[in-house]
Amino acid sequence: MIKTDMPIERHTIAVLVANEPGVLARVIGLFSGRGYNIESLTVSEVDEVNARSRITIVTSGTPMVIEQIKAQLSRLVPVYDVHDLTLEGPHVSRELALVKIRNVGEQRIEALRIADTFRARAIDSTLESFVFELTGDTGKLDAFVDLMAALGDVEVSRTGVVAIARGSDLQMPLVRKKPARRKSKASAGAGDD
Amino acid sequence: MSGAAIILKALQDQGVEVVFGYPGGAVLPIYDELFKTNAVRHILVRHEQAAVHAAEGYARSTGKVGVVLVTSGPGATNAVTGLTDALMDSIPVVCLTGQVPTHLIGNDAFQEADTTGITRPCTKHNYLVKEPGQLARVMHEAFYVASHGRPGPVVIDLPKDILFADCPYVEADQVETKSYRPQVKGDSDAVERAVDLIAKAKRPIFYGGGGLINAGPKASRLFTEFVRKTGYPATLTLMGLGALPYTDKRFLGMLGMHGTFEANWAMHECDVMVCIGARFDDRVTGRLSDFAPNAKKIHVDIDPSSINKNVAVDIPIVGDAGSVLEQMLAVWKAKGCKPDEAALAKWWKMIDGWRARKCLAYRPDDDVILPQHAIRRLFEKTRDMDCYITTEVGQHQMWAAQYYGFSEPNRWMTSGGLGTMGYGFPAAMGVQIAHPDALVIDIAGEASFLMNMQELSTMRQYNLPVKAFILNNQWMGMVRQWQELVHGGRYSESYSAALPDFVKLADAFGGVGLRATKPSELDDVIDEMIRTPQPVIADILVKQDENCFPMIPSGAAHHEMILGPEDQAERRTSEEGMVLV
Ligand SMILES: Cc1ncc(C[n+]2csc(CCOP(=O)(O)OP(=O)(O)O)c2C)c(N)n1
Ligand SMILES: [Mg+2]
Repeated sequence: MIKTDMPIERHTIAVLVANEPGVLARVIGLFSGRGYNIESLTVSEVDEVNARSRITIVTSGTPMVIEQIKAQLSRLVPVYDVHDLTLEGPHVSRELALVKIRNVGEQRIEALRIADTFRARAIDSTLESFVFELTGDTGKLDAFVDLMAALGDVEVSRTGVVAIARGSDLQMPLVRKKPARRKSKASAGAGDD
Repeated sequence: MSGAAIILKALQDQGVEVVFGYPGGAVLPIYDELFKTNAVRHILVRHEQAAVHAAEGYARSTGKVGVVLVTSGPGATNAVTGLTDALMDSIPVVCLTGQVPTHLIGNDAFQEADTTGITRPCTKHNYLVKEPGQLARVMHEAFYVASHGRPGPVVIDLPKDILFADCPYVEADQVETKSYRPQVKGDSDAVERAVDLIAKAKRPIFYGGGGLINAGPKASRLFTEFVRKTGYPATLTLMGLGALPYTDKRFLGMLGMHGTFEANWAMHECDVMVCIGARFDDRVTGRLSDFAPNAKKIHVDIDPSSINKNVAVDIPIVGDAGSVLEQMLAVWKAKGCKPDEAALAKWWKMIDGWRARKCLAYRPDDDVILPQHAIRRLFEKTRDMDCYITTEVGQHQMWAAQYYGFSEPNRWMTSGGLGTMGYGFPAAMGVQIAHPDALVIDIAGEASFLMNMQELSTMRQYNLPVKAFILNNQWMGMVRQWQELVHGGRYSESYSAALPDFVKLADAFGGVGLRATKPSELDDVIDEMIRTPQPVIADILVKQDENCFPMIPSGAAHHEMILGPEDQAERRTSEEGMVLV
């Protein structure tokens, strides 16, 4: 319904799908075919045993359109579950950026200082450049990129948003058969460096 | 077993009796298996689009899944219109498409098309089978997906090497689809609130759609029971005709752009609207901002995405139309609900006032056959027969909906959502296959008929005595009407020039051609058409410039509908209306 008087809202939606060929095309095709916005879309397999991927979509629209988006997603055959994180309570969302900056000249120290305040880490450096790694919400990444761009030539690669609800509830838990449930409490650390 | 053998076994296990298809290189192993086993009846169409429409006609007249088999590349792309049609009208179809062998996919091989890519937006779901181990599961799952929830078309793309590969078979009951689990029963809380609202209504209306037909004959019986128990007026969409017998005095006729005056006014003035298995399509609602402004709305639909899509409703109920009606009736009885008789009597008085306008009346004509009259006569002569009606798209389709009455579901097959010219003739073929002894009539326009008339050849081959009843106005009448009303009478490219002689055409294909040129010939031609045990083209030359009324001009609302040519001069289509289709 074309109702212009309704407010536009931004929502973060998490979708659990079968990790099969074409599933991403289906989701993206749904958004383009029906004229919905995609501000960010990320996808990765989260459950290898059951071949499930999790898609996180940040979209905007009137409340009616947001409801439509969720209903349309839910009726795709390879979709298991859809959660509107924005609606269902507080959630955390993060994005990772790799920002390369070059030709900073005497501003080199300034770049490092800014990186420090943003808790960005230099993960590569040459005499005329750095690559910073930074995680945070979208706004923080935007601010960092703007500052870097004021200092020199910049190239940016960002992951897009991933998100999960706060609190102890599992909205879309990994499904493991009994014998597979081992005691190991090991949290999967980022383990890079 | 070879992949091809698995496919035929799966079709048999799914209870498939007939496949509509057309061969080609990529599906030859399946055709070879058909030749060797004779496991399933194959109807060789003359165009792949017609195969899908035939499968749709078969499905809509039986409630079963229609099955299609076409080759890769052009075979698959020719099927796209039919698939889109089935998607828009929620018709269960499984379409098997050939594909180049897996190792050639992506190489622009001969007759390669990205079939899953092309059909993704025009199917409910599709599959590309790349592993022999997946084939049997995919076959069974396709039937499940096509027929459960809101039905729709499913494509299975089959690379040729898979058809030769050794594949394991799994039985249908071993296959479980974990992700797609549509809700069948309605939320009992919502059902209860809905019944309370229905019982308290002062100016209620039932508004039923194709979901009633798709939910099986039981849903139509329950709908009729509910309407009769309450004594409330009811209207049906183009897709829902037959869900309530046309003879029922509570039936107000079809609603929407060419619906009746009383149905549309009752929709506009109602205080409680009970929508079951319909989707507030723009052809039905007219201008949304003035749609049923004072009504509380209840919406029952199996597809959650239909709810609150165009119109915000007060009580949404996700579920199968039949199941929810059963629940509603149970609550109605358990609570001892009674309609408000005084209010209802007043409401019926208003409705009778609108009815008295006799919006479908036409002035008889002795010199030229009026299209409305032709349908009316066809109806009078066939109403007591075992008869199925399909249509093409245009004015004749709307006249058929207005002047032909349906007493049961599954008797009326028309392309509603997509509005596909060329639908009716092949659809009638599919109906005739399912009901060999029934009288199957395609009410056609001359322009639409030309779009799939090659199927006469198929009908001749299989002795399918389908009747094409062509209301030949020598115009793309519906286009001409819009050009008259909206584009200042500039009839750009809407004249049906250089028409064939339809009588000779029938003859050339081995059918029978008949023609009526004046009212006095009409009845005889209809009688002879019914009597003839072969395919018939009845060329009914009708008044050329007749317009289809009543009409809600595009961009207008229900209460702004016009009754006839006298009204139309006063109303100009608004600028917003002009851009609407
Ligand atoms: C495949 C297709 N192409 C174009 C149209 C647009 N269209 C709608 S009605 C119509 C004219 C139909 O003419 P005819 O079959 O003679 O029916 P009439 O309106 O004259 O009864 C056209 C061109 C359509 N619905 N389908
Ligand atoms: Mg015509």
